[in-house]
Amino acid sequence: MNMALYTRRKAFNRMFLVLSVLAAVFGLIWLAFILGELCWRGLEGMSSRVFTEMTPAGDADGGLLNAIVGSVMMSSVAVVAGTPIGLLAGTYLAEYGRHGRLAFVVRFVNDILLSAPSIIVGLFVYEFVVVPTHGFSGWAGTVALGVIVIPVVVRTTENMLLLVPNGLREAAAALGAPRSSVIRAVTWRAARAGIVTGVLLAIARISGETAPLLFTALNNQFWSTDMSGWMPNLPMAIFQYANSAYDNLHRLAWAGALLITATVLSLSVAARLLERKRS
Amino acid sequence: MADIALTENLAAVADRAAVVRRFGMRDAGFRWLTRLAALLVVLVFAGVIWSLVMGAMPSIKHYGWSFVTTEAWNPVTEKFGALASIYGTLVTSFLAMLIAVPVGIGIAIFLTEICPRPLRRPIGIAIELLAGIPSIIYGIWGLFVFAPEFQQTVEPWLIDLLGNVPLVRALFEGPPYGTGIFTASFILSIMVLPFISAVTRDVFETVPPMLKEAAYGLGCTTWEVMWRVVLPFTRSGVVGGAMLALGRALGETMAVTFVIGNSHHIHTSLLSPGTSISATIANEFAEAVGDLYISSLIELGLILFAITFIVLASAQLMLRTLERRSGGAS
Repeated sequence: MNMALYTRRKAFNRMFLVLSVLAAVFGLIWLAFILGELCWRGLEGMSSRVFTEMTPAGDADGGLLNAIVGSVMMSSVAVVAGTPIGLLAGTYLAEYGRHGRLAFVVRFVNDILLSAPSIIVGLFVYEFVVVPTHGFSGWAGTVALGVIVIPVVVRTTENMLLLVPNGLREAAAALGAPRSSVIRAVTWRAARAGIVTGVLLAIARISGETAPLLFTALNNQFWSTDMSGWMPNLPMAIFQYANSAYDNLHRLAWAGALLITATVLSLSVAARLLERKRS
Repeated sequence: MADIALTENLAAVADRAAVVRRFGMRDAGFRWLTRLAALLVVLVFAGVIWSLVMGAMPSIKHYGWSFVTTEAWNPVTEKFGALASIYGTLVTSFLAMLIAVPVGIGIAIFLTEICPRPLRRPIGIAIELLAGIPSIIYGIWGLFVFAPEFQQTVEPWLIDLLGNVPLVRALFEGPPYGTGIFTASFILSIMVLPFISAVTRDVFETVPPMLKEAAYGLGCTTWEVMWRVVLPFTRSGVVGGAMLALGRALGETMAVTFVIGNSHHIHTSLLSPGTSISATIANEFAEAVGDLYISSLIELGLILFAITFIVLASAQLMLRTLERRSGGAS
């Protein structure tokens, strides 16, 4: 037996295993570092005023109320409008199109839209909504967020519907139920948890999106619920305050960052729990 | 009696026919509704391309190829060249992949081979949380926490270490700014790490246990099993995952905008400030005046979309191939 070779292979293997462990440690350390710093600085900037006062200018005091409300308004309209479209398109892929040519194209295009840079979506909405309506508006921001919601919902809906056993569909069809009733009363219901997971993931995805709002909704320092004008929103407030020169604005930016991250992470944890319950 | 039964029957038959017709119509209506939604997705995609091409037209006509070959970026004289932005996008993404691919694969190996079973799920979820953190959070963290720390510790060390090595020297010259190409690349690598490790772990799990057991049975070490059996078997999946991550890195906006330094000049040193396509658009679009300025920014967007499209399309191709193969095998 070639002892030298044996030792070398063993040593090499050990080094490789240590490196993989280090890789995992590397990932976990950054996660802890980011979340730790975020909690530390975010809690420092957090107070009841964050939720009760408007966004300030300069070194004045204030909160983030209008930005929070603006973000919630735009995100909820975007989700309410985008989800049915995504749900129906995903249903087409899983139930009707399957291996057809249109389904192939839709699937390809959808996966590109899913990972395409979100700033591109901003440019698209700028050309299609902002330019024709002569101005930045909450509606434009909502459309941009909606365009991001759709591919997420399409992807999860198709995946979840494909997991529904065909026996269920066949049993319903054998009872004489028409295809559309089978889909609505049986397959959708069977895949409900998965579809909700997709919607939660979509909400998580858009609540932190900043790039598509940069030149669609812009931002607004004042209280505004008028969706046809500039719309205050949390990500833009963070962006502008972080780039400002004032310490109190930096503190507000961190408080906003903590709010967004807490929302996004709890949504994705909820989605995960729901997924696990299903399986 | 018989007459009555017959008419009743006729009525029932007519009823049934009406119901079936109604069902049929509702079916067709629903089918068309889903088809319409699916078409809408394609329409949005076409709209994206159309709006970018249309918006970029004035700039394409005005500058032609010189747009992608010059570095000048001067809104006052309306001289626009995308070279610095394209350079920044490509270099930051390349460096990010250089760090993220080996580390991501390492994490996947850790999760599938080394990690004790009860810890696999929580550690996997923790790594994936990195993908859930919105990019603006990476941006603000990078700007206030990471970059100052980097400026004081890692960058001076790099300059000391590599500043006198011939050839490499040029890449690590100059003062430590904190923000710059290298900082942006490093933050990008953390951001795309979970995409690589998640896809890689998933494809590793498609390897038939028999293959691995056979290799172990021959006396292979874990390294040899991974390198000679698992990786060749899952190659297209791993490459597909890496391409997916590359697509993310190329288009990432907010994190990069905060830390890249926003300079429209190409420096050989990786420690000096630069810009990327998405950072340029994010910083300048809302304040851009003049059709040519706006059009130039949209042309930048078009270039970015073209690059990411190619990368994402090939990623899909590779992942699909793997899917088909593993679907056929089972």
